[in-house]
Amino acid sequence: MTKAFTPKVVTANALVEGDVIYLTADDRWTRALHEAELIEDEAHAQVRLLDAERQTGEVVGAYLADVRPGPNGPEPVHFREAFRARGPSNYPHGKQTELVDV
Amino acid sequence: MYDYSEFDDAYVRGRVEQFRAQVERRLDGSLTEEEFRPLRLMNGLYLQLHAYMLRVAIPYGTLNSGQMRQLAHIADRWDKGYGHFTTRQNIQYNWPKLRDVPDILEALADVGMHAIQTSGNTVRNVTADHFAGASADEVADPRPYAELLRQWSTDHPEFQFLPRKFKIGVTGAPNDRAVIRSHDIGLEVRRDGAGALGFRVFVGGGLGRTPMVAQELAAFIPERDLLPYVEAILSVYNLLGRRDNKYKARIKIAVHEHGIDTIRALVNEAFAERRALFSGADQALLTDIRAQFKRPDLSPRDIAPFVAARDADPVFRAWADTNLAAHADAGHAIVTISLKPQGATPGDATAAQMRVMADLAERYGHDELRISHEQNVILSHVHRADLPAVHAALKQAGLATANVGLVSDIIACPGMDYCSLATARSIPIAQEIATRFEELKLEHEVGPLKIKISGCINACGHHHVGHIGILGLDRAGVENYQVTLGGDGSETTVIGQRAGPGFSADEIVPAVERLVLAYLDLREDAGETFLQVFRRLGAQPFKDALYPEQAQRRRDAA
Repeated sequence: MTKAFTPKVVTANALVEGDVIYLTADDRWTRALHEAELIEDEAHAQVRLLDAERQTGEVVGAYLADVRPGPNGPEPVHFREAFRARGPSNYPHGKQTELVDV
Repeated sequence: MYDYSEFDDAYVRGRVEQFRAQVERRLDGSLTEEEFRPLRLMNGLYLQLHAYMLRVAIPYGTLNSGQMRQLAHIADRWDKGYGHFTTRQNIQYNWPKLRDVPDILEALADVGMHAIQTSGNTVRNVTADHFAGASADEVADPRPYAELLRQWSTDHPEFQFLPRKFKIGVTGAPNDRAVIRSHDIGLEVRRDGAGALGFRVFVGGGLGRTPMVAQELAAFIPERDLLPYVEAILSVYNLLGRRDNKYKARIKIAVHEHGIDTIRALVNEAFAERRALFSGADQALLTDIRAQFKRPDLSPRDIAPFVAARDADPVFRAWADTNLAAHADAGHAIVTISLKPQGATPGDATAAQMRVMADLAERYGHDELRISHEQNVILSHVHRADLPAVHAALKQAGLATANVGLVSDIIACPGMDYCSLATARSIPIAQEIATRFEELKLEHEVGPLKIKISGCINACGHHHVGHIGILGLDRAGVENYQVTLGGDGSETTVIGQRAGPGFSADEIVPAVERLVLAYLDLREDAGETFLQVFRRLGAQPFKDALYPEQAQRRRDAA
């Protein structure tokens, strides 16, 4: 029996700002994890990663990150992804300033 | 202070223009990230967790007020109004935008600064004792040598692709405040029997995943042989260092694998060849450099205002007792400005604070500032009569915390709040420990205690040489903190011992509190420091404090 596939999102850093970004189902890059495309199939995940990696003029270091489905969209599984999605814990200098409603 | 020559200025500006063109080519798609990455790293530009990070070198930790003001200007204009001073005497900006970086580098060039060789497998920023040129215990100011090494190593064609990064630290005093035994090469300025200046040379120190204390390679190398000797070491390492495994590529592994005697024989062989190639131009340059590091004219004045303030104001007195160090001139003091107010991020300064420190340096400190590897800022030559005014200005700027060398004067790397290599956070742990001891009102009673926190095995927070070291790890998707005990980064360098199983983020602060309280119970009198007690009694009583349940089981079994 194969292990159940952990859902993924495609994430990267924006080339100009360096900011954490996520690929959406309609091929945009969003700054908010909950807007990202939740990928539940391994083959589809690889295709979406290839789509992202082709966009070298926009993004840097695309990879697949584990997520779990939540009521508002994908949620981080690992604490590293939680920090990436939220910003640093010592100052409100990251995404937390934009994410107050989520 | 060293002023850039025309050559230095032209070189740095040339590099800025090169990088400007490279950024443009990256943005217009002519360069891929793969092609661009090594180019940006050569200019100190990393891509971190949330943003780019620019690491700016502060050579041997010395800067003047104009440079500090420019760092403030950069923080305001292109970052989020602050900067982070690091354990390698650099400053890091956490939020620059890629297209702004060439302008930032140009602003740095305007004040004789750069970000060259703050990354990559090259000779990195040469660090030095932050009390250099001022302290009472110094043989000679190490900074002219550090500057000579900076010029020699910058863009040195033979050493741009070393097996791994290479760090040199220099101290001019027998009391090592520059952690030289944890560097690839550590240099201690000393005199031989005839009184001539030279160096005791250490090699193969380093922290990281395989911590090692540097070993003595030479007891005395004459001053004139500094560059050929260091070049000989680098040339041996360049060939011998392992390029097959990144984790075994530092010189410490080469020294460990081949043994210090083999390394010494190879270095001496290379030295004989290299020495013949040096014409003496380096010594002429050293003479010029040294003239620029002359100690300022320290005119004698009455210190009565200092004595009066110390008697009248307990807050000033506490600060003076904790944050001042002995200057070679008894009328003066070395002031350490703590960037560790309890609960704040260790090593961070706002642009406004940078300007206050620059103004104080200009007005009272002969225009000199230092950055310490302990992430504080130093005014190296302040007359004691001026200390009340300096303290008052610092207090207004939130910079008068009286905690240098105490529990809350914690070294912490950026950890997983910023760093893409980190396995756990460091900053919140430092903030919580400092806040907790502030609540307990214990830190002055506890006395000298160095807590150092790293957010991964690479040990930028020097946890191996902390009296109490904390290493943040990822244990099955949860932050976990390992404690090491008895480390020491001074002239008696020791790598700390791992105490046992790690603690969760919630458990680590109470665990540190138990350690410190145990120390208070164990010490013979208030004069016996944490490290002295540890050396007298060993790790066991501290382990018992960390793991009370195990201690109880042991007592039950006995």
